[in-house]
Amino acid sequence: MIETAARGTTVTASPTTSSGRALRTEEMVLNMGPQHPSTHGVLRLELVVDGEIIVDVIPHIGYLHRCFEKHAEHMTNYQQVIPYCDRMDYVASMSMDFGYALAVEKLLGIRVPERVEYIRIIMAEFQRIASHLIALGTYGLDVGAFTPFLFCFRDRERILDLFEMTCGARLLYNYMWVGGLSHDLPPGFVEKAQDFCQYFKPKIKELNDLLSYNEIFIKRTANVGVLPADVAINFGCSGPMLRGSGVNWDLRRNEPYAVYDRFDFEVQVGRGEVGTVGDCWDRYIVRVREMEQSLRIIEQAIAQLPEGDVHSAIPKRIRPPVGEVYFRTETPRGELGYYIVSDGSTTPYRVKARSPAFCNLSVIAEISRGAMIADMVAIAGSIDIVLGEVDR
Amino acid sequence: MTPQEIHDGLKARFGDAILDFKADAVTEPWIRIAPDRMKEVGLFLRDTPELQFDYLMCLSGIDNNDGTLGTVYHLYSLVKKHRLVLKATVTKDNPQTQSVESVWKAANWHERESFDLLGIIYTDHPDLRRILCPYDWEGHPLRKDYKLPEFYNGMKVPY
Repeated sequence: MIETAARGTTVTASPTTSSGRALRTEEMVLNMGPQHPSTHGVLRLELVVDGEIIVDVIPHIGYLHRCFEKHAEHMTNYQQVIPYCDRMDYVASMSMDFGYALAVEKLLGIRVPERVEYIRIIMAEFQRIASHLIALGTYGLDVGAFTPFLFCFRDRERILDLFEMTCGARLLYNYMWVGGLSHDLPPGFVEKAQDFCQYFKPKIKELNDLLSYNEIFIKRTANVGVLPADVAINFGCSGPMLRGSGVNWDLRRNEPYAVYDRFDFEVQVGRGEVGTVGDCWDRYIVRVREMEQSLRIIEQAIAQLPEGDVHSAIPKRIRPPVGEVYFRTETPRGELGYYIVSDGSTTPYRVKARSPAFCNLSVIAEISRGAMIADMVAIAGSIDIVLGEVDR
Repeated sequence: MTPQEIHDGLKARFGDAILDFKADAVTEPWIRIAPDRMKEVGLFLRDTPELQFDYLMCLSGIDNNDGTLGTVYHLYSLVKKHRLVLKATVTKDNPQTQSVESVWKAANWHERESFDLLGIIYTDHPDLRRILCPYDWEGHPLRKDYKLPEFYNGMKVPY
């Protein structure tokens, strides 16, 4: 007998024939990926299954490994690393740059102008919405809902338009530099950003009506892939993954960096409204509610946006003192940490990126044992991985 | 607790396993631990009620370019809200560090990564395989003396 942890029911793993003789069952290995629509990139999950029940999951990663860390050591200065940071989490590039810039600034001990701080936060929060829209839309797609995916991408386009008018790029921005930004906000940006906030608020309700509280969607995700809080902490999970398990933890609130301490917003946690705390639906709904909070932060930041020069604090030559720094920020996927070691020269001696999805993915075996194969897709989708960042 | 207090507590408890303490390091102080005592120190840090380091933020391998390799542990306590940096240094000839996988599961993949890219061997790790490079890759790319192989599986490596 195998207890299916996910549904709390028991299924017979050793069925008997009509004559009462026990049938021998055998474990089978099933490869999901590396090319599979619901692995969100090139990820191979080696599933050990007993019939429809998952006995074990062995993830194989590294298909997108470019050794970002080696590249970073071979640049001629600290700024040149930023485009490589962009390419780690390619659907949340702003957040990746943000963390790196802050880490180097801390090592240098410099402060950036107020205007830069505010613009960075506006961009990071827009990026959070854009990234969550992908996560939610494709998650719907994973479990069989096609329309929300189109709606999410329609709204994300508007955010990408804002990024494009600011820095010319739609996906990989190279926008946040050490000490400043590549471009100031263009004329008309503030109005367009406010328009977007007004436009987007009803769209969240639309998404809720369409997907979040959809009976079929709830049936597919509630009580599936339950991640208890202590397991999440022990595995180093972060972001919506950790908050979905009911842990009230957000670096923007608990360890405020940049000027996050000036804004009023609520940290969203999973409460087990339709199932158990820490199930797939909780992780999903945390993302939906975080988009509302991001809108709140953006509106406050736009209202307070100071004047200033975004280039004035960019150092001509970056030469940090001998030492090291570990700096972490809250990206859409969780805690992104940069460990940077400086040997006093103009290039970093060692850059290690602690990527959130890497740690979040490592817990997948723990939460899928005992689930059905079809639930595997729901579980993998709820983790919201970006393989560029897992493999670096 | 401050790193100084934590260090004094560890020193009193573990004595010669605590090798070094650098209080004036740039951005953060760190403590150097004997690599073969990592696990017991880790368990103590996690389970002592005043410390409760329950969250391993990051585990990084580093090549110090002087014949030694290091592992750097960044710890945090979600309960006590304090942080700590530990280091363990080994020689390239005998790169054996005790695994802390049984203390923080987060170390599992991070130690595999560090083994893969730097060749640090974590003793008692349940599944020390390569994780990012292909399983048949030779050498450890993040070492400073790493030379790119000319051929991989009989194929010429470009540039």
